[in-house]
Amino acid sequence: MNISSTTEKPGLKQWLTSDTPQSRWQAKCGRAWLGWLKFTENRLAMIGLSIVLALILVTIFAPLLAPYDPLAADLTNRIQSPSAEHWFGTDQLGRDILSRLIYGAQYTLMIVALVVITAAPVGLLVGTAAGFFGGWIDATLMRITDIFLAFPKLILALAFVSALGPGIENAVLAIALTAWPPYARIARAETITVRKSDYIEAARLQGVSNMGLILGHITPMCISSLVVRVTLDMAGMILIAAGLGFLGLGAQPPMPEWGAMVSEGRQFLLEQWWVSTVPGLAIFIVSLGFNLLGDGLRDVLDPRGGD
Amino acid sequence: MTAMIEITKLNAWFDDNHVLKDIDISIPANGSFGLVGESGSGKSTVLRTITGLVDDWEGNILVNNKELTKKRDKTFYRLAQMVFQDPFGSLHPRHTIDRILTEPVNIHKLGNSDARVVEALKQVGLDNSFRFRYPHQLSGGQRQRVAIARALILEPKILLLDEPTSALDVSIQAEVLNLLTRLRNDLGLTYIMVSHDLAVVAHMCDDIAIMNHGRIVERATAGQLADGKLENPYSQQLFKAAGGYDRAVIDSFVDWD
Amino acid sequence: MSSDTLLSVKNLAITFSTSKGPVHAVRGVSFDLGRERLGIVGESGSGKSQTGRAILGLTAANGKITADQMQFHDLDLRNLSKRDWRKVRGARISMIMQDPKYSLNPVMTIGDQIIEAYREHHKVNAQEAKRRALDMLAAVKIRDPERVFKSYPHEVSGGMGQRVMIAMMLIPDPEILIADEPTSALDVTVQLQVMAILDDLVRERGMALVFISHDLHLVSSFCDRVLVMYQGHVVEEIRASELDQAKHPYTQGLLNCLPKMDGNHAELPVLTREASWAEA
Repeated sequence: MNISSTTEKPGLKQWLTSDTPQSRWQAKCGRAWLGWLKFTENRLAMIGLSIVLALILVTIFAPLLAPYDPLAADLTNRIQSPSAEHWFGTDQLGRDILSRLIYGAQYTLMIVALVVITAAPVGLLVGTAAGFFGGWIDATLMRITDIFLAFPKLILALAFVSALGPGIENAVLAIALTAWPPYARIARAETITVRKSDYIEAARLQGVSNMGLILGHITPMCISSLVVRVTLDMAGMILIAAGLGFLGLGAQPPMPEWGAMVSEGRQFLLEQWWVSTVPGLAIFIVSLGFNLLGDGLRDVLDPRGGD
Repeated sequence: MTAMIEITKLNAWFDDNHVLKDIDISIPANGSFGLVGESGSGKSTVLRTITGLVDDWEGNILVNNKELTKKRDKTFYRLAQMVFQDPFGSLHPRHTIDRILTEPVNIHKLGNSDARVVEALKQVGLDNSFRFRYPHQLSGGQRQRVAIARALILEPKILLLDEPTSALDVSIQAEVLNLLTRLRNDLGLTYIMVSHDLAVVAHMCDDIAIMNHGRIVERATAGQLADGKLENPYSQQLFKAAGGYDRAVIDSFVDWD
Repeated sequence: MSSDTLLSVKNLAITFSTSKGPVHAVRGVSFDLGRERLGIVGESGSGKSQTGRAILGLTAANGKITADQMQFHDLDLRNLSKRDWRKVRGARISMIMQDPKYSLNPVMTIGDQIIEAYREHHKVNAQEAKRRALDMLAAVKIRDPERVFKSYPHEVSGGMGQRVMIAMMLIPDPEILIADEPTSALDVTVQLQVMAILDDLVRERGMALVFISHDLHLVSSFCDRVLVMYQGHVVEEIRASELDQAKHPYTQGLLNCLPKMDGNHAELPVLTREASWAEA
């Protein structure tokens, strides 16, 4: 007698690995499944993925996980070393560092997500347009890109934040403004490689418009390189946000943003090292996680490979 | 009888290179015309000029009695379609076969895309199991069939075939050539076939033009080719080369300029 | 193994381990090679290229080679060390590949590449090496050896690039030359001219030639003997002159499905593959 649960699992697997998919959705899922299998073979990439997933989960369940209110100051309990009640000790205002760390994850994730959502599409559009049309469009767009690329990211972000005023939204904008140029470069390089392909010519001969070619044919070929670059960049974005926070230009007190926490603990670094070091370690681990994830994705998403 | 394709005094340039020199071609409806030559002869350029991929050209190109200008429009794309040489490069690696075949139907608003896709696959001898696969899951011959299906789904009258079987194994080539012959008979299509292979062109085409350095050096019917009745020394050289390795023949080769 | 046999291969099998399971590229191939021209013909997936590479120990890392015998003179090719392979490759067994665009180093001049190939196996000074390189370029009928010597691969035509490849591979004077589709990327007349050069050089030096190709017609007009491969097996071994008397249906099918210039526009006979051929 067949128990329904045992026939469901093989059914799903069969559906995913079927040689003859019955719909585009099935074909796409199957392809994603194969990519996932390849990804799981890479141990370091899985570690990276776990770190990122842990970050996301901590962000979502912060209110449940944090033992204390991150903003609750208790001046009688200042700079306590790590103990049973405060696993990572307390900071200079008596606030529990572990709770601040957990809530701080929200800021980290938010900054990264907002920057990516803003910068990546802009870079993609600029790069594909430049690569596709060539000529003066290419020259103009690339010179604009060059201008942004000429500045070191942190300096440019500092300049924008100074002009716009401190605050986490302005920090996000500043980082996004410095993040898009490399994506434009990558998209343009891929577009130039791809635009002379037979399949693009064939699509043109079928009557596909320029917009249709860019969006439907060229962009899919750029996405892989872009995803890899974006994931690798996320570590850098976190560091810049932390840097801005450290300089007091990003998240403003009392927000528990990790960079700001490192900055606040500066004065006690020698004796009460945990105040700065613990958020610093968090920044390190999350950056590493994104790096490993990006590396793993690169191995899987190679557009030149067929499979 | 008016020709389906009439090309008069076609000249083309790539930058400063004069790549096509005074090309004259006339093809009747349901005819099959072959362009043979070695690399650099300009044979593919003739096709690309017809499809509008070459910017710098002069002369007269009449397709279905309509003169072609620098731009091509949707009516042209419903009249003439192209099959490319490389089966591995002419299908988008990220699109399913279904998407590749549905896109032209939607662009030209033909409707009934589902039925049309199934019919197109059937016409080229592929069953429905191929519909949602990706190109890398197909063999070279299967991909070329999909390329032919894509060309046919717009119901053109003319097929431009750019070395359609050069990249295929010999046994697969035979299948694809047979398919093309059958389609021409069933659908009344007109073909221009470009190839470096004299035997393929002689088999598939009624009239043949041999090109060298941008010029047509000789014309022949398939029958004349079969009898080896070629007058131009370059075409004779090409003809002999098709016969396999023969030292006497090779020693008589002249490098043409 | 007779004194005329240079290479003896018995029951060669090559299996690749891939993410989709094992791929049996070559299954039980056996042949002897003397001072002759042996053609290996097959379609894609027949295993012909892998056979050629196995003779030079160039099988990819995920491939496993087994054979009852792979004897080159007194050397057992099945378990040569890396050092011993370096002494064999180029010096005693050499290989030319299909497309000079990809097999010549694009950032070195042609002259430098040929000299490098020569000095790998012969201890001579730079001047002597250059002289030999120029001699070799002349031997492959290049009209202006000095100019080609200084050029980069992308500056010369396909046919000339292939001749350069031949010069480079023959300059150390190997005994066996393996040519893997050496003319497939070339125009027909250039193909034949390059083959004529190979013809002369192989004859002059008393070399053995293994000519791997998908073109049965071309191979049979150039070689002495032909091995026809299908899905990793040798399905037929036949003298080139007797090709029209081929017995195996696959060989016959291959010959019949070629378009002929006889003015006949009827459908070409199509090869129907039997499962039994893959089991031989």
